[in-house]
Amino acid sequence: MPFELITEPNYLRSVIRVSLTVSLTAIFVSTLVSLPIAFLIGFADFPGKRLVTAIINTGMGFPSVAVGLFVLLFISTDGPLGSLDLVYTPEAMIISQCILAAPVITGVALSAVESVDDAVRDTAYGVGGTRTDVALITLKEARYGVITGILAGFGRAISEVGSVLIVGGNIAYADGTSKTRTITTAITFETRRGEFETALALGAVLIVLVLLVNGIVMRLGGR
Amino acid sequence: MEYRRRAFLGAGATGIAAAVAGCLNSSNDASEGSIAGAELALATTTSTYDTGLLDEINAKFQDRFGVQVAPNAQGTGQAIQSARDGHADVILVHARSQEDEFMRDGYGVNRRDLMFNDFVVVGPSDDPAGVDDTGQATAALEAIADAQATFVSRGDDSGTHTKEMGIWAEASSEPGGEWYQETGDGMGDTLMIADESSAYTLADRGTFLSMRDNFDLEILLQGPIEGGPELLANPYGIMAVNPEIHDNVNYQLAMAYIGFFTSPEGQALIANYTANGQQLFFPEAEDPDFQQYVPEGWQPDSGGE
Repeated sequence: MPFELITEPNYLRSVIRVSLTVSLTAIFVSTLVSLPIAFLIGFADFPGKRLVTAIINTGMGFPSVAVGLFVLLFISTDGPLGSLDLVYTPEAMIISQCILAAPVITGVALSAVESVDDAVRDTAYGVGGTRTDVALITLKEARYGVITGILAGFGRAISEVGSVLIVGGNIAYADGTSKTRTITTAITFETRRGEFETALALGAVLIVLVLLVNGIVMRLGGR
Repeated sequence: MEYRRRAFLGAGATGIAAAVAGCLNSSNDASEGSIAGAELALATTTSTYDTGLLDEINAKFQDRFGVQVAPNAQGTGQAIQSARDGHADVILVHARSQEDEFMRDGYGVNRRDLMFNDFVVVGPSDDPAGVDDTGQATAALEAIADAQATFVSRGDDSGTHTKEMGIWAEASSEPGGEWYQETGDGMGDTLMIADESSAYTLADRGTFLSMRDNFDLEILLQGPIEGGPELLANPYGIMAVNPEIHDNVNYQLAMAYIGFFTSPEGQALIANYTANGQQLFFPEAEDPDFQQYVPEGWQPDSGGE
């Protein structure tokens, strides 16, 4: 017991660090992929656009355990990415969180782009703007929606437990340094072994993080 | 950095460790490099990991060899599966029938008996099914089935679940019906569910003792350690994943780990590990025993099976 009390601050810090590193990297990558897609779909008019939008919106609700399972099969020794040895690594968790967050970011950003008043674009064209100018104006108008999408994606990634448990394996070294143990998987583990204080401390950290993100989203949404 | 320096000092102080590390280094070919900074993937069960025993052993191993151990705690069935898929270098599990199959299929090599404890039947202190009076594992489960008292099963192919199924197979009652619930969770979760719903369950002594402060559950049928039936014995085995099948596994490191765990020092660590003042595991690697190298129950005259 005393041993655990001494190591606990390091343990908590390490778990939180892994969680933030994985989720922030995943959000960074999926933002790079999602925003161009959202803008392309938002600006273009093509047959089947509604279907594509519907698919993206469906993706927002992907069950994380199913995503974890697919990613695991993909990176498993016999899978297409098996040679990269990604199973039970932080990289594997980043991949699955990217897949979970990308539809959220794309979907929210897309609706933000589409809700920009046509009059704004028409005016931009009218005063002699190029296509790039019009795109920049639209981006500026939609910026709060886009940021909301990114934060919502982060909220999804950091609080998700199913896929990181499957592809990450919830691994920590003997000295309490986390390899693939995130805040969420640490909570399930500490609860399982009856260490409720540690689980509660981590739960509080997670709630504060999510509250913080939601607070920012609400502030931006209020504008 | 810190642990590496300690590893260096430790290796200097003990000739054995230095010699082993030296062997590993020299026998590694150039493409493998040295073992320093390498990582050992251990697939194991919740019943050993959740008690904290592995953290203790692994910390010592890291001091000695400068190698991090990455333990992945699952049920025995899942741990064996991830080893079959090549996601582990070494596995530590407790279901002899599944271990034998793993070895027979060629996925594992160099199995050793490691340690043992026992299973106990736990339940509410008022004991509505009268398990306390049965004295036998089969009779205990039959009493629970007859009373239709709630029984919580792991239901996850773990070593504990395998043992439970083995007892049911020998008992005259069948599990099933509303009183029989499968959690699909680890031992700790299952104990907590049993505690919340005043139900019976089969638990390994280690996990139960390490968590008993949280429970109202009581041991109603002891295992062989406290003089109970031999059927409730719970032996743990450790084996390396066959490098012939998965060339990505770190076989030499796995053997170093098995060597450390079965050495007098490793066995002493097991014997001295306690939770709530009680010993959780009992070393079993000290005496040479031919039976650990062959499938359970194998006899020289039985024609190989």
